Amino acid sequence: MRRRAALLATVALVAPLAACASAEAGPPTLTWYINPDSGGQARIAQQCTEESGGDYRIETALLPRDAPGQREQLVRRLAANDASIDIMSLDPPYIPEFANAGFLAPIPQDVQQAVTQDVAEGAIAGATFRDELVTVPFWANTQLLWYRKSVAEAAGLDMTQPVTWDQLVEAAAGQGKTVAVQGVRAESLMVWVNALVESAGGHVLEDSEADEGEDVTPDLDSDAGRRAAEVVRTLADADVGGPQLANANEDINASMFENDDSAGFMVNWPFVWPRANAAVEAGTLDPSVVEDYGWALYPQVDEGQESRPPYGGINLGVGAFSEHVDLAFEAVQCIVDPARQAEYFVTDGNPPSSLVAFDDPEVQEAFPMADVIRESLQNAAPRPQTQFYNEVSSSVQRTWHPPRGVGPDTSPREADELIAAVLSGEALL
Amino acid sequence: MSSVAGAPPALAEDDRPRGRSARSGAPRRSDRARQEARLGMLLCAPAVLVLVAVVGYPILQAVWDSLFSYRLTNPDAREFNGLANYALILTDPIWWQALGVTVLITAITVAIELVLGFGLALVMNHALKTLRPALRTAILIPYAIITVVSAFAFLYMFDLTSGFVNSWLPFVADGKDWFATFGSAVSVIILSEIWKTTPFISLLLLSGLAQVPGDLAEAAKVDGATAWQRLWRVTIPNMKAAIMVALLFRTLDAFRIFDNIFIMTNGAAGTESVAFLAYRQTIQRLEIGVGSAVSVLLTILVALIALLFVKGFKVNLAASTRGGR
Repeated sequence: MRRRAALLATVALVAPLAACASAEAGPPTLTWYINPDSGGQARIAQQCTEESGGDYRIETALLPRDAPGQREQLVRRLAANDASIDIMSLDPPYIPEFANAGFLAPIPQDVQQAVTQDVAEGAIAGATFRDELVTVPFWANTQLLWYRKSVAEAAGLDMTQPVTWDQLVEAAAGQGKTVAVQGVRAESLMVWVNALVESAGGHVLEDSEADEGEDVTPDLDSDAGRRAAEVVRTLADADVGGPQLANANEDINASMFENDDSAGFMVNWPFVWPRANAAVEAGTLDPSVVEDYGWALYPQVDEGQESRPPYGGINLGVGAFSEHVDLAFEAVQCIVDPARQAEYFVTDGNPPSSLVAFDDPEVQEAFPMADVIRESLQNAAPRPQTQFYNEVSSSVQRTWHPPRGVGPDTSPREADELIAAVLSGEALL
Repeated sequence: MSSVAGAPPALAEDDRPRGRSARSGAPRRSDRARQEARLGMLLCAPAVLVLVAVVGYPILQAVWDSLFSYRLTNPDAREFNGLANYALILTDPIWWQALGVTVLITAITVAIELVLGFGLALVMNHALKTLRPALRTAILIPYAIITVVSAFAFLYMFDLTSGFVNSWLPFVADGKDWFATFGSAVSVIILSEIWKTTPFISLLLLSGLAQVPGDLAEAAKVDGATAWQRLWRVTIPNMKAAIMVALLFRTLDAFRIFDNIFIMTNGAAGTESVAFLAYRQTIQRLEIGVGSAVSVLLTILVALIALLFVKGFKVNLAASTRGGR
């Protein structure tokens, strides 16, 4: 009796293991850690699995919603040498940190060549660390200046010419409308500040490739940094940022811009276009609203000086501890195929890093502003490419928030001091 | 935590008489008693081992890590730096600000919850027998909701775009952004804490109330004491131990506040707590050394609070529910 029970117990224990083993048979499985989107990456995974002809199978695993959360999860896993991470969707500012820590498998020369052909300058710069391509550009994002044609016209702004922040604030204040910007204490605030500083001809860091934290030299307390702070303060003081300025993120901005009563201008990623169109289709937004949408290159800080719009997007990295590095690079090349990037743009609203993908007729039809996006991508400035990016960004967020409290004589200096103190281990964050 | 609150009364009641007779009745323990004690230890052993593994080991590891300068993405540069991390933390105004915020939130939430919780416990205690189960369930629902979920509920309630609070409150401007300034942001955080954990404190107080002998209150009533006098002179003194235990548990809990702040402000507007500071150093910055030091300091503070209650206010955890006997 006892024996039989033991036998049963053994069977019960072993049976699931056997089931596992049989599932392992077949093509190797590549796990692709993706950021949340509208389902496009999962579809691409499926397509590439089919195209591989049984060489590999791509499975997706979902990362948290915001970029810092995605970084946290990936870093924790990679620090523990997690072999299950074959491919990962990475936000560009964190790439230096991953590369420096040895979390990314080196890209073979032939792959490097193939994946940089006809790719936007900004995207290649964002994928590079210490002159080495360490990730593969997938989609590349940039912010445009969105405006309501009716408001710009009423304010007498000529939108065929580049406009400055001061002009926007003045126009919005005169019309009783808003200039929607990301004032929330989060990564999006850093995106805004970096774009302002770069547009004013400066940089957040003087030398971002320093190995040691104490060698990083912040450079916000410069003419460009102070000018950027002036823009933030002017906008806050003019009361055109909307009542929720200190907590406004991209989504809040997008809904502000859909609201006829207050919408005037906005800087935001192109997702606002499919978002508004989807709302029209769903019947929650009047079609006349979308017809009133206009777009232009990111505003200038000083008249005549070309703006440097924000650069974002997603690059693909191959995990250094993956057991199928070669297959992973094969899969990555399949994923970033320009035709697939174009399709992904149309379905998910995320612009391609491949310049040729913009010529796709479907892209041109779905995104009438595709050419402006392409131009913006060529001018875009990445955020500081340092392995200490998280500290730099958090320090800026702490000292440049809330927008109403930003001052040209205080915030840039405080940011510099905090970055230096934190990176030399003399302050908490 | 609720299971801790629920379990001890039953257990304590069971073994107290036995334990006492074994100690006072027989100076030299019999074989049987010794065997029983041994069996008891053996039965406890697995739980103790698990506790040491899941609580003791990480604490020791954190203490050890806190003595190093150690960044997760740069393990090669890890080096011993003694108490430098502690010196850094204790001289940084951010730590003292976070500590101040934590103490403020703890003091206000625990004080309000004690009063509210006591009121709810009285209601539950005096409700009709048929109503009691339904009432208890209704009062306990907030406690059953995951903190992150309730934090999101409060965030959406007070949010400018999705919230309804501004339009409901006549004295609040429609354009008020609750999470923009410290005062209003911390008020919402405190409100959400109170909503969520008052049921816990009222449950602990209810078990204390149930222990107050009815004949005492009746005798006082016959002597002409008013309801107010009976409450202050009879009920509360007789459940002092239960009140102290409820206060202790809630204070320890409130001191570690994290979820509400994380969801609602993510530390903006000066609302960072000590636990949030530990999160920022360890998880966001990956500075394992400094982060561990913050966690160790938080652990020490929590232990000090427990010590203060147990020694300072002479709280006897084992006797908590027999205050009136």
